[in-house]
Parts: sequence; structure tokens; C-alpha cells
Amino acid sequence: MLSNTKKAVTLLLVIQLGACSSLGVKPWERDLLAKEEMALNAEGVDLGLDDHIYFSKEATSGGRSFGGGGCGCN
Amino acid sequence: MQLNSKKSISAALAAASCALLGAPVHAESTINSDAEAWKFDTAILFYGESERVQLLEGVVNASKDFGNEQVFNGKVVIDTLTGASATGAVAQPYVQTFTRPSGKGGYTVAAGDTPLDDTFHDTRVQVSGQWTQPIMEDVRASGGLQFSKEYDYLSIVANGSLAFDFNQKNTTLSAGLSYAMDTIDPVGGRPTDFAMMTASTGHGEGDGYDDDDNENGESSGSESKDTADLLLGVTQIINRRMLMQFNYSLSQSDGYHNDPYKLLSVVNDQGYTQNILYESRPDKRTKQSFFWQTKYAMDQGVVDVSYRYASDDWEIDSHTIDTRLRFDLTETTYIQPHIRYYQQTEADFYTPFLAEGAPLPEYASADYRLGKMSAITLGIKYGMQLDNGDELAFRIEYYQQTPKNPGIDAPGILQGEDLYPSVKALIAQVNYRF
Repeated sequence: MLSNTKKAVTLLLVIQLGACSSLGVKPWERDLLAKEEMALNAEGVDLGLDDHIYFSKEATSGGRSFGGGGCGCN
Repeated sequence: MQLNSKKSISAALAAASCALLGAPVHAESTINSDAEAWKFDTAILFYGESERVQLLEGVVNASKDFGNEQVFNGKVVIDTLTGASATGAVAQPYVQTFTRPSGKGGYTVAAGDTPLDDTFHDTRVQVSGQWTQPIMEDVRASGGLQFSKEYDYLSIVANGSLAFDFNQKNTTLSAGLSYAMDTIDPVGGRPTDFAMMTASTGHGEGDGYDDDDNENGESSGSESKDTADLLLGVTQIINRRMLMQFNYSLSQSDGYHNDPYKLLSVVNDQGYTQNILYESRPDKRTKQSFFWQTKYAMDQGVVDVSYRYASDDWEIDSHTIDTRLRFDLTETTYIQPHIRYYQQTEADFYTPFLAEGAPLPEYASADYRLGKMSAITLGIKYGMQLDNGDELAFRIEYYQQTPKNPGIDAPGILQGEDLYPSVKALIAQVNYRF
């Protein structure tokens, strides 16, 4: 299961990297991407609070950012 | 033209990659090479479960661009926790009495109720700082420290990372390492694995009051856990409206993984509790996760979808889908529904109870958070920009956990008890940014 997932993910990563050169925008096409709400953690405080809740209530943490340690709630 | 736009590209990618590495930076904050004023992002959150834990948490996040893309981010979090949490012991058709973790006094649980321990009142203070700056063209470095302290727990975390831009800054690769040192000093001492807790079985044995410090088999002194995390990420701009992030993370922890307050009921073939033991978890855990996120800019709003697959050597696999849809109502207000779905399989040593007479397994825990479960979050956020440019937002969410039977047959009277009760919580939050 895991090894299949690993293969799929590796494949996805390679495809994505290979495709990188044809993706993207010209500098003058960044008007929408430059909006504050388009930043990947535009709501950093909310994400941090959510991480704390789910870290203490569920068995999985991290992924978006580092997930190790931090509180004695689990 | 390209030269002029370079800074905004760099800003967008810096924001994207810092986001990935846990250093919040606003996209516009790195546009100018001149130093900017401090920016504050604050929030107060209430989290309340029906009949269980209640949490009040305050956050102040401050960031400053000192010019030339040198950004400091500092954060203080204070939270206070009260209420009861599930001990892991099973419900019984009679009143049960348990010893408090401190060893002083006990508490009773009504017939048919899931045993909850209401001992915990804790305050946590967390302080962190992160510095990010370019170290050469198209390469940024970031480093940070975090301290977190609560009554019985101390955590110190250090992290460092590098981000590389290429392909006209449409692609950013990043690699980061984090090392956490946690120390736990359990209230009433650390119970040894599978130590017996004196408790009433409902058949007149024991009064549940344990004033003898050695009776729970505890050993004194603190325990520690070290966690090393590796995080590799790719951020890719797809087109004028869409960007994507892909992370792989590997986490390895070593040390004390038990929850020193969690219990296991040992039941006979009629389902009656004969004994109460403390839990025992492995002292190592290796976790991996794959995280994918996409953001799409609509004309009036943003679609934010992420998926995480995680797997570990405790045999817990989980899937998480998180979706936020922002709709701009006016130029200064928006509404944002939030849907999150989570599911996990149980740890290989999870068991809701132990059977009397069977040999003790090497590890066992009845902590429902290590059991099979699904969870859903439904929420909505409303935000507005005030006349002075500050931002005010309100968020309200409903969170429900639904633990499931991993395929264990309950004997006798346990068939009539709810061994997998759901947990329902309300989340309310106010944000203020200035």
C-alpha cells in the first residue's frame, strides 16, 4: 500500500518537476497571485490555532509545516 | 520590465515558501527593500466540547520587514485548558471510582458513562521567533526557535530551512529541518507501563482513594522525547490564477510517548471491569506525510483546497481534506465557508479494553485518539476591513469526532455500553489585524 503510494507520489513529483519549465507566469501576470489572500498561509494565525486543536485531538499532525513536538496534549 | 517586477515575484515566492516553512510573511511585506512598520495579527479562540474540555487561546503574531527581504516574525500564544477528557477506561453499568493522577483523592463516574478525568486545568505559554533573509541570489534561509511550557510539559524546538527559486521564480524548492526536545514531568509521577491503578470494580474492592505515592507503580523524575522532522517542498505557480504546493515530510520521534494519564480497563468474559492499568506505547515513532495544496484566485474570491495523506509505523494512516472558499461580498468584506474531513485507522496497539486472563501485549492504549475514527469540521468566517485599514474577522465552527469500532467484539455487558462515543465541539474565534 505504502510502496504503491510512494511510487505514485514519486511519479507525480517527477512529472510536476518536469512540467515546471512550461508552467508559470510572466512577471506582469502576477496581479492576482500577489493578492494577500493568495499567499499560502494568508491566514497563518488561524492555521496555527487549527493545528493545535487537531494535533491534540487526532493522531496525525504536520504536513503543511513541521509537526513535531510542541505540547503535551497528545 | 522584468527587473522592475522581480521584487514582486520574489515577494510572492518568498511568501509562498515561508508559508511552507512555517514563517508567516505577507506577500506585500517584502515588496519594498525599505524597512516597514511592525504588523500585528491577533486572535482569541474558544474551543468547547460538550461535557469535556474547554480551551481559551490567545495569539499575538508580530512581523517586521527590516528591508532587503530580511523578515522577523515573533509569536506569543497563551492558552488555558479546563474540563474533562476521556481516560480510556470503559463504561460500566454501575458507578466506578478512580484515583486522581496526583494520587490524592478520587472521582466517580456514573453508571453507563464514559470515564472522564476532570483533574486537568492547565495553562500553556508558547513563544517563538523566526528570521528569514536572502543569502544569495534566489536563495533564502530561515531559522527559528520555539519554547512552549505548561505545568507538566516543556518543549523546545529549533528549525532551519533553505528555499531556492528558479524557472523565473515560478518554482521554489525548499528543504527544512526541525528538532524538538520535549520533557514531561507527570503530575503524581510517571506510572510504569501497565502499572495497576487502585480502583473500585463496583464489587466492593478498594475505595479509590490512594494517598500512598508508591501504589500506582510510578517512578519519579521526568521523561523526555526528541523529534526530528525533515520537510521538503515544491511551490509552483501554474498560471495567472493558480499556485500549488507539494510537501513531503518525515518525522522521527524517540523517547516517552505514553500519555501518563490514560488508562485501560481489564474486563472479564462478562464485560465487567476487573482491573485498571496505565497504558504502554512504543518509545519510537516514524511518520511520513504527503501534503498538497492549491489556491485559485477567482474574480471575487479564493478557492483553497488541500489534501494530506499520512502514515506511520504505529500503522495509523490518515486522510485529510481541507477546503476554504472565500467570497468577496464587497471591496472590504468577505465570507468564507470551511469544510474539513479527516479519517484515520487505528494504531496497531489500540484496544478499547484488555481481556482478563489473556497475556499482556507489549503495548496497549485505549486512547480513542489512537483509534479508528473520522472527523468533520464545518465553519464559516466573516471578515471586514475597517475604515482605518485594520482587519476584523469572526469565525465559528462545529467539529465532530466519530470514533469507530476497529472490529473488536465486546463481551457481555459491554455490548450495552457506548465504547466509541462521539465528541462534539464548538469553535469560536475573533481575529484582529493591524
